[in-house]
Amino acid sequence: MASSRLRTQFFSDVIFNRGIFLSEVQLRRYSSHFVYTADSEKTTSNGTKSKMNMFQAINNALDIILKSDSKAIIFGEDVGFGGVFRCTLDLQKRYGKHRVFNTPLCEQGIIGFGIGAAVAGSTAIAEIQFADYIFPAFDQLVNEAAKYRYRSGNLFDCGKLTIRTPCGAVGHGGLYHSQSPEAYFAHTPGLKVVVPRGPIKAKGLLLGCIRDPDPCLILEPKVLYRAAVEQVPEADFQLPLGKADILIEGTDITLIGWGTQVHVLKEVATVLKDSYKVTAEVIDLVTILPWDVTTICKSVCKTGRVLVAHEAPMTSGFGAEIAATIQENCFLNLHAPVARVTGADTPFPCIFEPFYLPTKWRCLEEALKLLDY
Amino acid sequence: MLPACVRSICKKSIPANKALGLIARNGSGHTVGETQFETQPFKLHKLDEGPSTHVTLTRDEALNMYTQMHTIRRMETSAGNLYKEKIVRGFCHLYSGQEAVAVGIKHALRPHDAVITAYRAHGWTHIMGVPPFEVLSELTGRRTGCARGKGGSMHMYCKNFYGGNGIVGAQVPLGVGIALAAQYKGTDGVCVTLYGDGAANQGQVFEVYNMAKLWDVPCIFVCENNGYGMGTSSVRSSASTDYYTRGDYVPGIWVDGMDVLAVRQAARLAVNYCASGKGPIVIEVQTYRYSGHSMSDPGTSYRTREEVQEVRQTRDPITSFKEKIISHNLVTADEIKEIDAKIRTEVDEATKKAKAEKEIGIDELPADIYANNLEGDIRGVSIFQPLKHKRIGPAVNV
Ligand SMILES: Cc1ncc(C[n+]2csc(CCOP(=O)(O)OP(=O)(O)O)c2C)c(N)n1
Ligand SMILES: [Mg+2]
Repeated sequence: MASSRLRTQFFSDVIFNRGIFLSEVQLRRYSSHFVYTADSEKTTSNGTKSKMNMFQAINNALDIILKSDSKAIIFGEDVGFGGVFRCTLDLQKRYGKHRVFNTPLCEQGIIGFGIGAAVAGSTAIAEIQFADYIFPAFDQLVNEAAKYRYRSGNLFDCGKLTIRTPCGAVGHGGLYHSQSPEAYFAHTPGLKVVVPRGPIKAKGLLLGCIRDPDPCLILEPKVLYRAAVEQVPEADFQLPLGKADILIEGTDITLIGWGTQVHVLKEVATVLKDSYKVTAEVIDLVTILPWDVTTICKSVCKTGRVLVAHEAPMTSGFGAEIAATIQENCFLNLHAPVARVTGADTPFPCIFEPFYLPTKWRCLEEALKLLDY
Repeated sequence: MLPACVRSICKKSIPANKALGLIARNGSGHTVGETQFETQPFKLHKLDEGPSTHVTLTRDEALNMYTQMHTIRRMETSAGNLYKEKIVRGFCHLYSGQEAVAVGIKHALRPHDAVITAYRAHGWTHIMGVPPFEVLSELTGRRTGCARGKGGSMHMYCKNFYGGNGIVGAQVPLGVGIALAAQYKGTDGVCVTLYGDGAANQGQVFEVYNMAKLWDVPCIFVCENNGYGMGTSSVRSSASTDYYTRGDYVPGIWVDGMDVLAVRQAARLAVNYCASGKGPIVIEVQTYRYSGHSMSDPGTSYRTREEVQEVRQTRDPITSFKEKIISHNLVTADEIKEIDAKIRTEVDEATKKAKAEKEIGIDELPADIYANNLEGDIRGVSIFQPLKHKRIGPAVNV
């Protein structure tokens, strides 16, 4: 187990590593802050699989929906041509302009229109080009989509609405192509919010969201569209909302993340195991709203130490909610305070992205602090 | 200056378009002090009188306009190259093809008029007073950038230039607010508020057409119609592509945005209109962008290469202006050559210098988030360097 020796060793590692890191940052625009690892878990389907990256897996899911659900329509800025990230590639060719169509540039209109289409029975799948641009539609999502069912006493709902939008850091996105707005929506009862960590999850969750009877927001880490590649089942399958995945089992510390951050935490677990003989349990929260309290609290009760990491800023980030719930449910099992490693409480910076992000080294340092506590 | 008799001969000279081809090159070395041109007719919406199509241009203005347009073009070429070298962060949207819009409008503005635009901001930043070195520095995230490298391509600023804005349409209401402030202060200043044909469909644009007209705010709405919003052509995004009429009760002018003189004419009328208290006005400038939407868009999947070529060859704002001013003896071909060479050197040097510059220190990551930060530290900043909030430099806007 941990000792203060761990941290001394760590600092020499980090200083060495950071030396390299810094010069890299100055030289290159692209300095990926994580190493993607594919899912090792067995997926729900045994049928044929093929190699897909995340945008292909999403495209495949949308293709399945358009084929199987004649009421499904897909719309958003430039989706007719495949969208900025190619997720809707060729769908218009295959299913026609009446089912896959470009909208004008008007996010509030897109989501409001989607709510209307959904409440009248269409399977409405909207794309917001970047999560950074979802805010003109914030009102429609928070005040209309989320509350339609409740305020009508269940007479009307827009559960057939699904919104896809790319989120997260890419290495060079700057202020408005990098944000992770999940916490804003997590504060909105009536919505469901999910974040996939790779192609299989993206396909299964997207199909799950589309068929879920409530309005869903799926935030797709854009850096994974091409970087993440897996053997994805070709058949139709759904993954459950509201269920976290334990990706690596461990007994000493629980590491919680979602989206890209899961891959950072997997790396941290590897370093902890190899260099410090510590076994970490890595959990992908998968669904932000409603989140899987049971899986998280069970793990924390076992390990007694927990770190939550996310790219969004710290204050009122979703880590805050998790931390509060853990202290309430696992108070007597905790050996150390709940730790958060997050983006800084600054706007997403143009030039200091590597310093802003909750990188492997920052997570490792914090994990060791917990182990030393 | 030339004798008055020579000038008056030139004044009567045939319109530019007809003169073209007659004297393709001025080799004689003689220039005149000023001359006259005819622009294409304007289209009007709810305006009794439009701008005059009869334009007087002095030699100094011609030299100045040409220099400005050409500098933007070179600077954008350089920006594109820097992007390809992977030393630009954020996104990078080039203004090549649209130079006549910024330059034409700027020539109608007074020193106290304001401008706000979207993310295609390099050209405007330069025209509003930022030298290429600072534009390119900003683009490459250097401390010598006009926003210290913190804004990048889409966010550049200087006095009376309220910036590039990354969120499509978001700058439009701001422009109306800026114009209102001028009205309130009684300066007779106007605010030129630019947005694209794509942005024209954002709801907030219509919200502020109403507000501006309701309170007669001196806002010049300028829709830069370059035919496309990313991959979507204007006809596919807009139920009406007559953007100059889309303010409904706000009067409008359509102008050929490839003709810098026509743009100046329209802008002059608009400035007078707004400054005299008549309220807002819309100008639609018909223009074209040569590059893709941003550097990650090759710009050929939704339009043909031939279309781009055709505009370059027949409507290029710089080439056509150059031919006009040479054939009318305002400048000589040799002078143009000299200017071109000077600009090339200047931009190349600025590029080299910007590349060699440093970034701001990491201590600025948590700088200027607040004017008055109530906590010392900024939460969530790297544990390696717990950083204090700080403020840098004075604001230029107030
Ligand atoms: C609110 C918002 N939605 C979407 C985008 C992505 N986006 C950036 S530019 C652009 C097209 C804008 O076209 P237009 O207004 O015609 O300006 P142009 O690029 O032609 O100058 C889009 C969709 C954004 N930046 N902000
Ligand atoms: Mg446009």
